[in-house]
Amino acid sequence: MSHGSEPIADAAPGAGAEQITEEITGFLTDALRRPIGPDDDYFELGLVDSLFALELVTYVEQRFALTVEVEDLDLDSFRTAHRLTEFVRRKTGADAGRRTHVGDH
Amino acid sequence: MSATTETAGARLVAAAAGFAAASRDAAADWDREGRVPDGVRRDLAATGLLAADLPPAYGGAGLTPAEVGEAAAHLGGVCSALRGLLTVQSMVAAALARWGTRGQRAHWLPALAEGTLTAGFAATEEGAGSALGEVETTVDETAGGAALTVTGRKKWITFGQDADVLLVLGRTGGKPAAVLVETDRPGVTREPVRGQLGMRAAGIAHLTLDAVRVPADHRIAPPGAGLSHVAATALDHGRFTVAWGCVGMAEACVADAAAHAATRVQGGVPLGGHQAVGALLARIAVDAAAARELAARAARFRAGGQGRGVTETIVAKYAAADAAARAGRDAVQILGAAGCASDSRVGRHYRDAKIMEIIEGAQQVSELHIAAHVMRRFGAGA
Repeated sequence: MSHGSEPIADAAPGAGAEQITEEITGFLTDALRRPIGPDDDYFELGLVDSLFALELVTYVEQRFALTVEVEDLDLDSFRTAHRLTEFVRRKTGADAGRRTHVGDH
Repeated sequence: MSATTETAGARLVAAAAGFAAASRDAAADWDREGRVPDGVRRDLAATGLLAADLPPAYGGAGLTPAEVGEAAAHLGGVCSALRGLLTVQSMVAAALARWGTRGQRAHWLPALAEGTLTAGFAATEEGAGSALGEVETTVDETAGGAALTVTGRKKWITFGQDADVLLVLGRTGGKPAAVLVETDRPGVTREPVRGQLGMRAAGIAHLTLDAVRVPADHRIAPPGAGLSHVAATALDHGRFTVAWGCVGMAEACVADAAAHAATRVQGGVPLGGHQAVGALLARIAVDAAAARELAARAARFRAGGQGRGVTETIVAKYAAADAAARAGRDAVQILGAAGCASDSRVGRHYRDAKIMEIIEGAQQVSELHIAAHVMRRFGAGA
């Protein structure tokens, strides 16, 4: 597997957007078994099955060491690799200091 | 994991074993009467077993996936309806724990953990079975956004006859939406289902929601995430406890078939001494053992953290439902007429196991997902 399950330690907050986007498109290309560009809307293109949305959440949480809360469930954030990159940078940057985990509070 | 939590886990698994043992003889009556008695339901809920993997902060016991699995296997090995009660409560609890707001979690989860509130999962409709994206129930914003009005008809809801609150899958503005609906609200009617093939004691009901109004804070996650996130989380948890319930069922069938094969003498030899009967017994014993190991593997993956082990759980549910269905079929075969009697335990497991091949993802839907996963893993290098 080209994409490990360990979080990228240096993904936040300084990691480059390009590196994150590359990571994400790599995951998507593997998961959906076809090349996925940074702006491809894989939901709109009908490329995903019923379990993919959850799988994507789990991937993003593990790979970038963050927690997707219900408040983050603006599905537009999850539609393309570029948007996911923005989401990851938002979560791992400004929000990193008050990150919490589901069930911890 | 603290020592206290481990102790709570062991205590609750033992409680499940005890509850199962005490229900062993009565389960056939419940199946015939089409009802788990209210007192038994309440007693099981009061053990805290129904949502025992919730964190202690919400009144749960923080059980590990393996402990939840063992509890489900104990109940499932005796009565699929009791296991079904655990399954639906823990499905709704899992979805709320994952996707409820802090306020929603604080409001709903302690009562689900204590068992003072029992939950149902209302997704299936006449036109939406495996394809839950096609639900037609509407969840409309009313009263200037302060309330939601829920209208639709839900079918085959486990313990829908009794649930205090339903996690309903519908649509808001065309987008999948999940909403909690208390069953004592005006507009909720329940139609008990009787005489179905299996799960006869599981309080199954068809439910009609006729313009039922609930406060806006009853919606779980934003519209759009109701199926892909909320219902999907519930169904993932459901597959896990169903898998373990099937392990219990398969093992119970092996035990009854073996006991019969060892003691029933025909043609001067015990049944098990006939090669063909021995072969049946051997195969179901291996199937049951394999199902247990796959369920344990799913538990290990799930112990790795939130969202892990989804595919491994599908594999386990697929294998365990198959093992239970075949163990039920072959146990009836080995018991012969005794297996066909109205109070036959293996006969009941046989009927219930067939249902397990259909619910929480039919076998064929599981196969599609497992195949896609295997191709993803090995197809890239081709």
